[in-house]
Amino acid sequence: MKKVSALAVALLGVVTLGACGGGDDGGAMLEELGEGEGAVNLVAWAGYVEDGSTDPNVDWVSDFEAETGCEVNVKIGNSSDEMVELMQSGEYDAVSASGDATLRLIAGGDVVPVNTDLIPNYADVFEGLKNKPWNSVDGKAYGVPHGRGANLLVYNTEAGAAPSSIVDMFSPDSPYAGKISVYDSPIYIADAAIYLMATQPELGITNPYALDQTQFDAAIAALETQKSIVGQYWALYTDQQAALENGSVTLGTTWQVIVNLAKANGAKIDSTLHDEGATGWSDTWMVSSKAKHPNCAYKWLNHIISPKANAGVAEWFGEAPSNAKSCALTADPNHCATFHADDEEYFSKVYYWTTPTKDCLDGRDVECVPYSEWVNAWNKLRA
Amino acid sequence: MGERLEQTPRVTDSGRNIAGRGKPRPAFALWGLLSAPLAWLLVVYVGSLALLVVSAFFSLDDFTGKPTTDLTTGNISEAFTQGEYVSLVGRSIGVAVAATLLCFALAMPTAFYIARLASRRTRRALIVALILPLWTGYLVKAFALRAVLAPGSDYGDGGFMSGLVGWSPGFGYVAVTLTLAYLWFPYMLLPIYAGLERLPNSMLDASADLGAGSLRTFRLVMLPLLLPSIAAGSIFTFSLSLGDYITVKIVGGTAQMIGNIIERALLAPNQPLAAAFTLWPMLIMVAYLAVMGRAGAFKNL
Repeated sequence: MKKVSALAVALLGVVTLGACGGGDDGGAMLEELGEGEGAVNLVAWAGYVEDGSTDPNVDWVSDFEAETGCEVNVKIGNSSDEMVELMQSGEYDAVSASGDATLRLIAGGDVVPVNTDLIPNYADVFEGLKNKPWNSVDGKAYGVPHGRGANLLVYNTEAGAAPSSIVDMFSPDSPYAGKISVYDSPIYIADAAIYLMATQPELGITNPYALDQTQFDAAIAALETQKSIVGQYWALYTDQQAALENGSVTLGTTWQVIVNLAKANGAKIDSTLHDEGATGWSDTWMVSSKAKHPNCAYKWLNHIISPKANAGVAEWFGEAPSNAKSCALTADPNHCATFHADDEEYFSKVYYWTTPTKDCLDGRDVECVPYSEWVNAWNKLRA
Repeated sequence: MGERLEQTPRVTDSGRNIAGRGKPRPAFALWGLLSAPLAWLLVVYVGSLALLVVSAFFSLDDFTGKPTTDLTTGNISEAFTQGEYVSLVGRSIGVAVAATLLCFALAMPTAFYIARLASRRTRRALIVALILPLWTGYLVKAFALRAVLAPGSDYGDGGFMSGLVGWSPGFGYVAVTLTLAYLWFPYMLLPIYAGLERLPNSMLDASADLGAGSLRTFRLVMLPLLLPSIAAGSIFTFSLSLGDYITVKIVGGTAQMIGNIIERALLAPNQPLAAAFTLWPMLIMVAYLAVMGRAGAFKNL
């Protein structure tokens, strides 16, 4: 038995040391672009890295591979939390991170600043997207903006007229009760906060990611009520797609790409933006501090914001591109107008996913509920 | 009891024989043989369990989302005192027990038929037929049941079941229990079948001679003799069901089990809290094994 405990202690020591070693050893920013390493490992949202295997016409990876010799391997991240977890493993070179992941990745030392001089296409990115709080620290860019958009409402076109309000997602007498599908992630608490902004203005919520304890409790209460009308919580986009196709869901939160995929399989659905303003995302491609293929990662960053590839992603995923020149290259000439690519006023109604912190993001002098509490509350809600 | 008395000497005899053959240094040979698997067991198995327990006391840096070695009991108290989680654990145990009972209810008559009534030829065919599903992947079977159980809707066809009989339990705890019972059925069947095959005919004959009906014979003669086999089978079905989280994702709808909450905590990412949650199934399994050990489960594995 002595030997056993000695072994266990030794083992623990090794692992603990290993765990503590991580964090601040982040590689520095790349100064010069070298030869490609032959491969690049990406963590991305579904629909961001398409090589024609989903739809032969949707392919912006094959040219990249032929041009640079960097073979693209992609791991789909289903949520921001999952992406943070994947990037912590150090197995990946770059990630398409949303605003509720970027700051956590930066603080955790999992990503390094990006030398935008080595990314020629960066010059064409909308100025309104550069050096924002979610993609830079002290004026140092930590990635290149990929695109932005809003989380939409998807509805079954045979189930009635198009819904226009987020109230249908929360009200116990929603005509869609029992067939509602909700995004299964702590960040969805912000959607409840938007619902409260419209229905309970006396709570004084101005930013759905800056909730003090009272506001937060009200949001959780709204979600508890919502539970009785929810048919499914979706964590995998394929689950949402399947439910829309077989009709078991008639209203839900969605990304445009899911609507595209389900429609292609014959689902009778459409999507809309609700009137109250919506949560959304502004994504950033970031480079890992432990990247084994930094040169290929830089080449990928430059490629994914190149006018053609950026237009392809924007149309396929259903979001506004980040490159101003992309708007001339979309198959639908109105794409940029439809998705409000440079319409800052429109995007003032979209609340980009952000990591909630103790210091209220809206500048109030009270204590806000930090993200770790959001996670705990969501887990309890779903338990 | 008779069956156990019969077997014990045989086992000891052969054990002695094996040790006796390696004449010069039996102990040395034995340790040589066992050292590799033993080391593996200690380092990989016991070691990782120990790690899991220790990391349940680590705390999480609020902003970087990384575990730090500052020790805290916060995770444990979160996992063990919050009503939502305790009720989730209760439901998980309920599902595991229900799946186990369902497996038993199906396996008992099936095994009896195969072991006692079927002709030799049918017996072989049936055993093959019942083991064959083990060759199919877990996911394939779970998704097959998803296709069977999918609820009907005004806007779609639903699954085979609602198409065929116009009703299905839909996705939820019932569907999870059914699917788990389907997945783990062979693990209950095989031990019971093995137990039944060893059951001496003379016992059943004696019971009948003394005037017991078939139900009484089952209750007073067969069940006590089969208890170790049933306990052994139930260890498989119960532990596999208790820890499952993928089936829940596939056919669970809004249902959740312990495994799902562990996965959630892992992906949060909050490894210390996930580790704290894993203590639940560990403790439950230790308790379950202790009870089943008393029922004689390990004499038959």
